[in-house]
Amino acid sequence: MEYRSQQLDASHVRSNPQHEPEGAHRLSWRHWLGTALPPLLVIAGLLLLWELLVGWLALPDWLLPAPSQIGRTLVERLPILQGHITITLFEALVGLALGFVVGFGLALAIDASGLVRRALYPLLIVSQTIPIVAIAPLLIVGLGFGLLPKIIVVALVTFFPIAVNTVDGLQTADRDTVRLLLAMDASRWQLLRLVRLPAALPSILSGLKVAVTYSVIGAVLAEWIGANQGLGVYIARSLRSFRTDQVFVGALVTSLLTLALFGLVLALERWLTAWKRNTP
Amino acid sequence: MPETPAIEVQNLSKSYSTPAGLLPVLRQVNLRVPTGAFTSIIGPSGSGKSTLFNIIAGLEHPDAGTVLLAGQPATGQRGQVAYMPQRDALLPWRTVLDNAVLATTVQRGDVAAARREARALLPTFGLEGFGESLPAALSGGMRQRAALLRTVMWKQPMMLLDEPFGALDAITRAQLQRWLLTLWDELDRTVLLVTHDVDEAILLSDYVAVLTARPARVALTLTMDLPRPRTYQMITTPAFARLKEQLLAALGDEL
Ligand SMILES: Nc1ncnc2c1ncn2[C@@H]1O[C@H](COP(=O)(O)OP(=O)(O)O)[C@@H](O)[C@H]1O
Ligand SMILES: [Mg+2]
Repeated sequence: MEYRSQQLDASHVRSNPQHEPEGAHRLSWRHWLGTALPPLLVIAGLLLLWELLVGWLALPDWLLPAPSQIGRTLVERLPILQGHITITLFEALVGLALGFVVGFGLALAIDASGLVRRALYPLLIVSQTIPIVAIAPLLIVGLGFGLLPKIIVVALVTFFPIAVNTVDGLQTADRDTVRLLLAMDASRWQLLRLVRLPAALPSILSGLKVAVTYSVIGAVLAEWIGANQGLGVYIARSLRSFRTDQVFVGALVTSLLTLALFGLVLALERWLTAWKRNTP
Repeated sequence: MPETPAIEVQNLSKSYSTPAGLLPVLRQVNLRVPTGAFTSIIGPSGSGKSTLFNIIAGLEHPDAGTVLLAGQPATGQRGQVAYMPQRDALLPWRTVLDNAVLATTVQRGDVAAARREARALLPTFGLEGFGESLPAALSGGMRQRAALLRTVMWKQPMMLLDEPFGALDAITRAQLQRWLLTLWDELDRTVLLVTHDVDEAILLSDYVAVLTARPARVALTLTMDLPRPRTYQMITTPAFARLKEQLLAALGDEL
């Protein structure tokens, strides 16, 4: 056999087959510090300025509370907030799940049939031009003050980025690879499962990132319009009673919830598209 | 009475409609690929070589003409020849082994058995220790061999290879040519190879067909009557030079 002598270029690459160099750990840590530190410093600086300004100008709490006051209120109100957080999170997650299923399903239908695409795509876009502040009260009038209208509002604002990004992502599959699968006599479903969906995954996850940021805000907005519980209710009540510090706390918690969900999607993305990081 | 050819292409014609009008690509192409032989097609780039492959693989329909596979009419039928596209087309999220058994996966065969078989072939393909690597971790030559392993594991008696070494540097290409030569001696399969490298065509093939510029016809079919096993040193022999001269002359009329 003569192959042995001809395997040269395997051996020299094999000397470092694992792509993570030894210092990768320290490197990513330093990288993290480099990206996280500047915005954190800016935030800290702004908070400090805010604190000092409120002190100098002796602003009343109902006009602009100092960050320290907001922090105290947060700690103080945490037991009450927990119930609101649970409700809002529930609405956001269930609504997001519903929006994902609907958006993904629509995308597959649009992808499968040119007729469905022509019939539905314009309607999808029109659906996004209708202001949610008009739809939400109608839903509440029709379905009451419970969770369902909020879940529907969240689904309405989240299905669209999922649908559009999935439709686009399904177009990104490599043409030669698709032809290869066709030459293997692959079915439509196999083509979708083996090539087109994995190729669409980065795009679908981008859609999910947008959707997840809409989901909490969508739930809060719907609650604000009419509900018994949730962060939106908490913010509305606090506004009515001029508890500006509580309004800030509500906004802060909403923002932190969104950031946490966003972080989860980032982790999901890292896990599902690990192959992408090694692709030049 | 000659044996039934593995692939026979009769009076194949194909045009594409483009914004600039109808583009005739193939005009009355006739080609016989003998069973068990190594046949190459050379021709100017853009002459329609990939189009011809796509038609044989059933990916495109000809405007006129027929494709016979092992004597049976097979125009527009898919899944009967193993086909390696011009770029490696490896799935970046599948490991080398999972890419290698793609055809078995699509045909719902015994994937576990195919993986064992592909794993045993890794050393032969210069991919030992890379079975669980993703394609991104491989060099250009290794990717090409992984794509060839996938084509071999497709298990069709006929293999179509579309410029498998076209994108590689000269040294890697020469290595892979020698390697393919040894591999093919042991595989016992019909191979139809597209290349724009005349030396490669002579060195590897039993027969070489020269295509004309678009719209393509077969200008010349030549038997490479060099002894086997072939060695790279044959490139310097007078017999080799004579064949090269004839092929270049046929090509030259087209350039
Ligand atoms: N789907 C297509 N639509 C329009 N023109 C095409 C299509 N596929 C190939 N062509 C044209 O047909 C000609 C032959 O292409 P191809 O078979 O890829 O050539 P080769 O492989 O010999 O370089 C080229 O001019 C190319 O632009
Ligand atoms: Mg080509």
